[in-house]
Amino acid sequence: MSTRTSIAHRLPAALRDDTGGTVLYGLLAATAIAVPLLTALPSSSPFNLSPYVLTLLGKYLCYAMLALAVDAIWGYCGILSLGHAAFFSLGGYAMGMYLMRQIGTRGVYGDPILPDFMVFLNWKALPWFWYGFDHFWFAMVMVVLAPGLLALAFGWLAFRSRVTGVYLSIITQALSYALMLAFFRNDMGFGGNNGFTDFKDILGVPLSAPGTRMALFVATVVALAASYALTRALLRSRAGRVIRAIRDGESRTRFLGYPVESYKLWLFVVSAVIAGVAGALYVPQVGIINPGEFAPINSIEVVIWVAVGGRGTLYGAVAGALLVNYAKTYFTGALPEVWLYALGALFILVTLLLPRGLVGLRPATWFPSRRRLGVRPA
Amino acid sequence: MTLAPDVLYLEKLTVSFDGFKALNALTLYVEPGELRCIIGPNGAGKTTMMDVITGKTRPDEGRARFGHQLDLLTMSEPEIARAGIGRKFQKPTVFEYLTVAENLELALAGPRGFWRVLRARLTPAGRDRMDSVLATTGLADRRDEIAGALGHGHKQWLEIGMLLMQDPKLLLVDEPVAGMTPQETERTAELLVSLAGAHSVVVVEHDMEFVRSIARNVTVLHEGSVLAEGTMDQVQNDQNVIDVYLGA
Repeated sequence: MSTRTSIAHRLPAALRDDTGGTVLYGLLAATAIAVPLLTALPSSSPFNLSPYVLTLLGKYLCYAMLALAVDAIWGYCGILSLGHAAFFSLGGYAMGMYLMRQIGTRGVYGDPILPDFMVFLNWKALPWFWYGFDHFWFAMVMVVLAPGLLALAFGWLAFRSRVTGVYLSIITQALSYALMLAFFRNDMGFGGNNGFTDFKDILGVPLSAPGTRMALFVATVVALAASYALTRALLRSRAGRVIRAIRDGESRTRFLGYPVESYKLWLFVVSAVIAGVAGALYVPQVGIINPGEFAPINSIEVVIWVAVGGRGTLYGAVAGALLVNYAKTYFTGALPEVWLYALGALFILVTLLLPRGLVGLRPATWFPSRRRLGVRPA
Repeated sequence: MTLAPDVLYLEKLTVSFDGFKALNALTLYVEPGELRCIIGPNGAGKTTMMDVITGKTRPDEGRARFGHQLDLLTMSEPEIARAGIGRKFQKPTVFEYLTVAENLELALAGPRGFWRVLRARLTPAGRDRMDSVLATTGLADRRDEIAGALGHGHKQWLEIGMLLMQDPKLLLVDEPVAGMTPQETERTAELLVSLAGAHSVVVVEHDMEFVRSIARNVTVLHEGSVLAEGTMDQVQNDQNVIDVYLGA
């Protein structure tokens, strides 16, 4: 025990009480180093990492960020959002609009300004809300603003009216569903049910180039680590303690003088922005975004990842997202017809047998941070 | 009656739920530093009265003021709490997944807005205050325990400790000794008596022995209005009180 303690004291303060987080940072750093090396191996080598696997890993990491965002509000504030796919998709669409503008004259119709689907719809000019998306910086601002402002407006209305519990879950689900229906419409100007695809360049370099794909992957690793650091710092602050207090006794917190609604609102906004950034990293890696991303089932799957990994730990959400998605890839390939049953069974079993999720399996003494953060079992 | 600072004025408060009058033209004043016990049978309106004072329930009629300026009926729950009215619930409601020290830290008087609390640290003054409250409530050796692991009596004291950290001008305490052992009850009585003077304290309680041990002023509520007011001896000998409550 004493060796452990002395090692712990040499760590930076942010890591000292956070064994789970330290493991996460270590694994992410190892991934950022190992993956470029493995892809550089000749394709005859058994350790070669194919572009397909690289894309898959990048996708999983984006999902892990989304799970982290959901855990921050669900695990720590008790707000079960069934609409986080909406924020993820909005970030994805903002990035997609930039990528569409980069196609230029290389589209099927060769119009220098209008994306193909607009030419197809006989539109003569770019709609006003597409202005600025030819600039990368502008698109990045919108990646943050679009989900952030939606969360701000939605959260302000919902929390101020004291909508809580299952009712809040239902309206978040309705929000995502309504957006899906809206984005399916051709005259919305977002490509209807086809969405955006056939991207060519990002920042002047071809998306298909191995170097670009690797840069996007590493950017995702960094973004996930940064999201973890940000949410953990927020939740460890005194404001984070208020947030957990709201989860465990909302009206009590109000009688202590805390404006409960504004805590929920800002946490919700932070969570939505993280989800949006995840979506923005997801789109160039998978090469497509369409309204199907808003589908209610997507938001529900995120909740399952978090529950499986263990909510209220952040790193548990990351682990859950990676494991469940790996299982999904495996099962949809090996036994496509059982996947949905397996997912449902997994959720039920975890809820019944592992209320703290997979991270709840490790001996309590490994993670003194759990006690300090006061994590509540699911 | 002229308005003095830090006096609680409740005048002609009426609250009805589907025709049932939980409060019926209730009029009550609590002086600064006073320790007031409110007794009455179930449904007399004790908890509803606390709900009105703390902003949880809005009355149909009447006035509720605190001191010169504060009209409690126009303020939200957090605003009323920040103005110096603290409440202890009937069921101990501490934050079960935070430590004793964290519970007290959250209650500590200070910033309440998100952005300021985000950067807030426990100041040396705040730490001293916490140490003194831990000593007062006898929780000093349990400061790093998860509050959910405390026994019932300790939870009650922790909640009273949270009220002390808040440093309210007026404490509303709902059934503090329900479920306590005789020793715990005795300690709680000492604690409440020591608080009066520096704070106004309003205690709602069923336990007559307990009320007798702490109260100088007792108000008896019945069907939403005041039935009798005075010392314990006076109200116990009041014929109305004997008829509706004590005697039967």
